[in-house]
Amino acid sequence: MVTRGFSSGRKPPTDADARIPPGQYLEQGFPVLSAGPTPHVRAEEWSFTLKHGPRPIKKWNWTEFNALPLTRMTRDIHCVTAWTKFDTAWQGVLVDDILADAGIEPLSPFTLALSFDGYTTNVPTKDLTAGKAMVALLYEGKPITPDHGGPARLLVPHLYFWKSAKWLNGLQFTERDEPGFWELRGYHIYGDPWREQRYTGDP
Amino acid sequence: MSDGPAQSPWQTVTISRIEKRTPRVTSFFLEPSRPFAHRAGQHVDVRLTAPDGYQARRSYSIASAPEAGETIELAIERLDDGEVSPFFHDIAAVGDEVELRGPLGGHFIWSDSDGGPLLLVGGGSGVVPLMAMIRHRAARESAVTAALVFSARIWDEVIFRDELIDFHDRRDGFDLVLTLTREPAQRPTDYSRRVDAAVIEQSMVRLPAPPRFAFVCGSNAFVSAAAQALIDAGVPAGLIRTERYGV
Ligand SMILES: Cc1cc2nc3c(=O)[nH]c(=O)nc-3n(C[C@H](O)[C@H](O)[C@H](O)COP(=O)(O)OP(=O)(O)OC[C@H]3O[C@@H](n4cnc5c(N)ncnc54)[C@H](O)[C@@H]3O)c2cc1C
Repeated sequence: MVTRGFSSGRKPPTDADARIPPGQYLEQGFPVLSAGPTPHVRAEEWSFTLKHGPRPIKKWNWTEFNALPLTRMTRDIHCVTAWTKFDTAWQGVLVDDILADAGIEPLSPFTLALSFDGYTTNVPTKDLTAGKAMVALLYEGKPITPDHGGPARLLVPHLYFWKSAKWLNGLQFTERDEPGFWELRGYHIYGDPWREQRYTGDP
Repeated sequence: MSDGPAQSPWQTVTISRIEKRTPRVTSFFLEPSRPFAHRAGQHVDVRLTAPDGYQARRSYSIASAPEAGETIELAIERLDDGEVSPFFHDIAAVGDEVELRGPLGGHFIWSDSDGGPLLLVGGGSGVVPLMAMIRHRAARESAVTAALVFSARIWDEVIFRDELIDFHDRRDGFDLVLTLTREPAQRPTDYSRRVDAAVIEQSMVRLPAPPRFAFVCGSNAFVSAAAQALIDAGVPAGLIRTERYGV
């Protein structure tokens, strides 16, 4: 339906078009969205736990985690509130390298990301491995600020950004695909921006 | 399990009334073509389409109470260099149609049956979803006590000012605290400064018990500062729900 009087003044250049998923617009800033106040987690009190169901498999403190191999990832990110940001530059530890350090292969097809503030989000395990996702520690070469999820956040750039849990403190293998915080509150169970999987019931 | 909008794809709504609220905020009343039932605090997505197919979509909170019937009120602030809000302010007219999806959001919501006391903190247009809660409370003649701390730059930019003062004057358990950042306070209970821990502490004294729910909404910078003020005033972080308008 064409809206009377609305014109495409902000239409991005065509070379950018192919990088912008349907329904998204290009954002130059870096908006912040979160469900509660910003937790201020100090590196010294940070830890990261890998779990299988309720059972902890391995736990790292900040120093131990930072000793894991660091990988760079520069990616476009897509927020469900309709902004897309090009070429965000992160450094962190690939989920593959976390599993390798724990000496395990993926233990189940589903993973739940866990955060300090109780936030959770579910991601199929195969969307986290094979170089697809990392636990990011640096943004544009600097420590991630608390409002963007520092000291550590998940980065799953090919899914809507609510999947990239801020203030991450663990990954938990689950036997079933267990909806997380937003998935229980009306958001899509998977969240592929290219298929516009925003809300429950989207194809 | 999920309370998502599975049954709510895009629908066409008609603008039935336009009402200027402040110099920069205007309310748009929309008539849905399909049944629409929301909870106080939820938002909708609005989508505009240009003749060449280009689309812009933005989220807007619902200002009307669930009890207000089928008409959906959105209160939209004009951002001069924005894309969608200037369209509403400069072009949209009664009788026009836009596309809308929703209601959306299952976290920043409150209903009378959830109980209270309620602590509401809004900055600028961030008062909109809180207004839906306040109107819902009034429509239900709820016994839940509530305090709204509302930050605006000046008295004339206090959105829904007369209605909020009217609710306050009923003395039925709703208290309005205005914080004006660029003008002297006008009412004895108001402040002329930004929301800080002292303002929150003094506002909570008006509630008979510590808040059971705290909702904070506004620009990103406002929400960060106000949520911190709540924490500094002793509100447990786990009680605080935030909605950030991004800019
Ligand atoms: C859940 C939710 C509820 C909301 N509820 C409300 C509400 O009730 N009322 C309300 O008024 N708002 C609300 N908002 C905010 C609203 O969605 C829009 O962000 C707001 O109206 C601005 O949109 P816009 O298209 O006018 O501005 P945009 O075009 O998005 O621009 C926003 C700002 O970004 C800058 N900008 C971005 N891109 C460019 C560019 N290419 N060129 C120039 N400048 C640029 C400008 O400085 C501009 O002021 C809500 C947001 C959310 C997430």
